[in-house]
Amino acid sequence: MARLLTRRKLILGLGAATMLAGCEKSRPAAFFLRAMGKWNQGVESAMFSPTRLAPELPPSADTPADAFPSYFISDDMPFPPDNWSLKVGGLVAKPMVLSLDDLKRMARVDLRVRHHCVEGWSAVAGWHGVRVSEIAKAAGADPRVRYVEFRSFDSGYWSSWDLESAMHPQTILAYGMNGHELYPDHGAPLRLYSPVKLGYKTVKYLTEVNFLPNPTGGYWENQGYEWFAGV
Amino acid sequence: MAEASADPRWRKRKAQPLTIRLAHWINIPLLLIMAGSGLQIFSAYPALGPRGAQYAWYPLQGVSPPGWATFGGWLAGARNWHFALAWFLILNGLIYLVYFIASGEWRRRLFIPGRDTPGAIRMFAYYVRAIRQPPPMDFYNGLQRLAYTSVIVFALVEVLSGLAIYKPVQLWWLAAIFGGYDAARVVHLGALVLIVLFVIAHLVLVAMHPRAILEMFTGGKRG
Repeated sequence: MARLLTRRKLILGLGAATMLAGCEKSRPAAFFLRAMGKWNQGVESAMFSPTRLAPELPPSADTPADAFPSYFISDDMPFPPDNWSLKVGGLVAKPMVLSLDDLKRMARVDLRVRHHCVEGWSAVAGWHGVRVSEIAKAAGADPRVRYVEFRSFDSGYWSSWDLESAMHPQTILAYGMNGHELYPDHGAPLRLYSPVKLGYKTVKYLTEVNFLPNPTGGYWENQGYEWFAGV
Repeated sequence: MAEASADPRWRKRKAQPLTIRLAHWINIPLLLIMAGSGLQIFSAYPALGPRGAQYAWYPLQGVSPPGWATFGGWLAGARNWHFALAWFLILNGLIYLVYFIASGEWRRRLFIPGRDTPGAIRMFAYYVRAIRQPPPMDFYNGLQRLAYTSVIVFALVEVLSGLAIYKPVQLWWLAAIFGGYDAARVVHLGALVLIVLFVIAHLVLVAMHPRAILEMFTGGKRG
């Protein structure tokens, strides 16, 4: 019995030591998947066209409002603080703090496009807001900026994007959906929206937009979902 | 299975050349993991048709594939496996197809309707015991050619519909060929079903002709 325990301890110890020695050596499958993930990120980025537009759809394509799923990671539906504003920062000439009214005074974009969720479903809605490229211009984003990070008040949910996808003409900060103000389940008062990324990249309940020289992962991305997640 | 052929082209070549044998065996683990990870991905939304307009004709809306048929553990894990191995499956398929065409193997493997339809019908009649004598065959019979050619078509459709649902905006024209994202998703699952049906029939038939299995290891006789 004593010997058995010793052997068991030895095995446990070896297991822990191998894990500490690093996943790459102890788990060839994980190493392979990470390498292929990098390769696929290159493929996705090469396939992405900064000018190709997702087709705009007619009102008849709209998904019934109650059938369009909406997710958040907090236990309860997140509601914005009374003094809500959007901070724009990072490598910018002019860091900004924007109110919803400030955003609504900027050039408005309306689009009705198909949404693609990582789960496999699609749905259609109209979105109203301001291009992220307009925000970059207004803030004077530095040429060293390669990534844009979006942060939220949904328990710290965030995502970072490649600059090209963020500057896509259909990538917007949306304050409206289907002709009305954004409702809390879809990210009120302001969310990121774009038809060129999977849904989990389109951060709801926005608080910050940061123009950065490096990528900063994301809530789902850091758990194993693709970082580029282009559509 | 490889009868002596009058065509001198085949005299020096084994019934199953090395390239074809390698492609065949490499396919098996790749296809298993691709199918399993695909079904794990499907489990995240085990339905067909967009939100709010799911297709009425599909009888299994909301029914997840059984756990034993899935691979990858969870959605992200399955996606990582699926997108990693897809390239190796495509590469294996391309090597096979280039060899298939360049070596002339297509001549004795491809289903050519004018040549192979009568033989395929007679072979089918033989298998269902409508006739007693199998039709004469050369390298493959018509039914084999039909099956092995069909599965190449299924595989092509599987890859193309997969690319369409991978990038329905960047490859919008490909998605449009299939009738849009949600229709392409149907095609992607449908082609999997056809491939699985092929594999079942293939396994039953090679079990009835065990020499074919041996040939897929050794290459078989020349000529």
